[in-house]
Amino acid sequence: MKPFAALLDALIFMPSRNGKLRLMTEYFATTPDPDRGYALAALTGDLSFRTAKPALLRQLVADRVDPELFALSYDFVGDLAETAALIWPQRPTNRDWPHLAEVVEGLNGAGRTEVPTLLAGWLDSLDATGRWALLKLITGGLRVGVSARLAKTAVAAIGGQDVAEVEEVWHGLTLPYEPLFAWVEGREDRPNVAAGAGFRPLMLANPLEERDADSLDIALYRAEWKWDGIRVQMAAKGGERRIYSRTGDDISGAFPDLLEAMAFDAVVDGELLVLRESEVAPFNDLQQRLNRKSVTAKMLRDYPAHVRLYDLLFEEGEDLRPLSFDARRLRLEQWHARTSPLRTDLSPLIPVTDMDALRQMRSGARDQSIEGLMLKRADSPYLAGRPKGPWFKWKRDPLTLDVVLMYAQRGHGKRSSFYSDYTFGVWREEAAGGSALVPVGKAYSGFTDEELLRIDKWVRAHTTNRFGPVREVEPGLVFEVAFDSAHPSPRHKSGYALRFPRIHRIRWDKPIEEADGIEAVRGLLAV
Amino acid sequence: MSIPKPESWVEVRPEGLYVRPGRFHVDPTRPVEKAVITHGHADHARAGHKAVLATPGTLAIMAARYGVEEGQARQALAYGEPVNIGEVELRLHPAGHVLGSAQVSLTYRGSRIVISGDYKRRRDPTCPAFEPVPCDVFVTEATFALPVFRHPPDSEEIGKLLHSLALFPERAHVVGVYALGKAQRVICLLREAGYDAPIFIHGALQGLCELYEAQGVALGPLLPALAREKEEFRGRLVLAPPSAIADRWSRRLPEPVTAVASGWMRVRQRAKQRGVELPLVISDHADWDELCQTLADVGAPEVWVTHGREEALVHHARSQGIRARALALVGFEEEGQ
Repeated sequence: MKPFAALLDALIFMPSRNGKLRLMTEYFATTPDPDRGYALAALTGDLSFRTAKPALLRQLVADRVDPELFALSYDFVGDLAETAALIWPQRPTNRDWPHLAEVVEGLNGAGRTEVPTLLAGWLDSLDATGRWALLKLITGGLRVGVSARLAKTAVAAIGGQDVAEVEEVWHGLTLPYEPLFAWVEGREDRPNVAAGAGFRPLMLANPLEERDADSLDIALYRAEWKWDGIRVQMAAKGGERRIYSRTGDDISGAFPDLLEAMAFDAVVDGELLVLRESEVAPFNDLQQRLNRKSVTAKMLRDYPAHVRLYDLLFEEGEDLRPLSFDARRLRLEQWHARTSPLRTDLSPLIPVTDMDALRQMRSGARDQSIEGLMLKRADSPYLAGRPKGPWFKWKRDPLTLDVVLMYAQRGHGKRSSFYSDYTFGVWREEAAGGSALVPVGKAYSGFTDEELLRIDKWVRAHTTNRFGPVREVEPGLVFEVAFDSAHPSPRHKSGYALRFPRIHRIRWDKPIEEADGIEAVRGLLAV
Repeated sequence: MSIPKPESWVEVRPEGLYVRPGRFHVDPTRPVEKAVITHGHADHARAGHKAVLATPGTLAIMAARYGVEEGQARQALAYGEPVNIGEVELRLHPAGHVLGSAQVSLTYRGSRIVISGDYKRRRDPTCPAFEPVPCDVFVTEATFALPVFRHPPDSEEIGKLLHSLALFPERAHVVGVYALGKAQRVICLLREAGYDAPIFIHGALQGLCELYEAQGVALGPLLPALAREKEEFRGRLVLAPPSAIADRWSRRLPEPVTAVASGWMRVRQRAKQRGVELPLVISDHADWDELCQTLADVGAPEVWVTHGREEALVHHARSQGIRARALALVGFEEEGQ
């Protein structure tokens, strides 16, 4: 546990990506199996403990700490694991720090009733940093600023490999990944994962900056709509069928309707949508189907899933990724015509003439299911990662409104103790005359750390009421919020909800009377 | 004659605590006729009072900060010396917070109230240790009054800093410290740990370091961090107010490791939010255990809790059978907020 706790502690304070990478690579290179494998799983989010949940942790602390003092502390610290680690009243013990493997295997092997004693014993033997690391580990979500991909990059770096190589074999591996380390260290061959419906790392697009748009030689590119769903990879091989998210998470369990339709031997790339009578439903409908382990018959009926395909990676064992986009597109069309799997269709190619025409199509696309355009180089192979140049996403400009800050809530994690979540409203005329603010949404991104400090200060100085972690503020600060679309919503007092709102600009200068009214929201409703 | 109820002679006013039978305030936040000052931090020692009573150390700090104020009557009182103001007998006792810091002990018709200002219980090479004074009402701060705040031994934290210095000899190490108290204490702790190289200090620290030296606190070799070549700072320690670290000022330093010495550094996410790479949990305020221990040591049947996390300390005191309430004092800053 000691090296692992030291790693997490160093990671959380290390601001630079390369620094984080160096810390992890050093850890993986110097820590023996199986500890490093468990640490890797913890960092990639592939470790979970069914028996040790936050509720259990609360109970454990409640047995030793005055509940009121714990509640006040948690409210201040804003993070359950850190609060518990700091507040834990240690009892003397002569036990040494446990190894990471001992913790992981111990928890997995323990029955529900044994877990509290096991945990309490470990907590007594660790110091505050060790306890924090242990509790972060078991409650999930390390929040040390490391993505699964960065952790894999660190492993790859041991042997000077590329992260795509690790991602390619990743889904054929199991904890604690000994063959992976043996391979990157050059002691053994690459793990054999060719067979099966494993995840293949995706090719991702870069945003097209407006200044680059004009210099782009559009004749070399193909264009598609950018659909407002989520990117998925469907892989079927020898009876095994899997659906992966863009990060390689297996989300098959939530989509039995799609699995049933996957009567093919191929790996395809596409956009997951909810489709009703050939119409793409709002993103909100798709959200009903996401992040679920299982799904009811009613959900399947109400929110039918569909995948709009745009690439073919494998066909009957043949790796098509080295082929050009045009060649793969042709193979995709032929394959789809031949197999015509249910619940799929092809994302059409948009005829490209010149940039101006494309620009018009992009801004003219007010259909809520379209986010903008995708531009893909005709001669480019399918490359893992986000190579610069072959693929661009060209989102249409967001909608904006000038709104007034109404409530601010303290953030969690990195933003604990800062008022960082903002509920904002627009003006609405009252029956009794005059106008009042009604909330239309909440935003917690789009500002810099410096701006956050300034808003936080403003909130503290203009508080009129407190409700736990929420402060009501006197109307006085105008935000320009950007968002993707507006929808009717019975859940909001204003009757409308904004999709993906973020702070676009802070209008310190703007008088609140000049903020938008409810009719402005109405005017922006999706068609 | 019956013993007066404490709230009948010490009351909370908008400008701070007022001692009615002595007609003076303790640490008032606005200019008043007569002020008794516990210590030199700006939120306790404000300028503009007509008369001031404090320890010689505190008076020296106030003079350094505000200059010698025209027409102000200043009275220096040594620790333990009694003085009568009206019907009130007043003594100052060490609070262990910063140089000159004092608790104000007030006795009136057999009732004693001790206003402790800010304090800590652990050893501080720059000032005498806190002395518990038995009393009827103990007025306490609550800056770190949550059981998550347990300051580790200072030597461990100084060790972390020296370790990092050895690990990154090519980088400057800049430590954010308050100009009054924390800066001089950190310097003394470094000297005690055997660090005898010159320490660079930001201009805002200069005057107070000189004042400490003049008051008999040896700080070793200090150099102004002014107008120097970047190269000169490599592998060196630089002390600066926290506000300067995030500012353009720090651009003169080569790839600095940013450390901050503060009790708030105990909470990781807070340290992280402030962009701190090397958090050092060194505080001039009592931690949770020290606060609880102090309530037990002074044995007062009643406790008034001032600035900080009053709720938790009031809760704890009540659970110990002590009458406790939070005083709604305005104008006190939280360290490092």
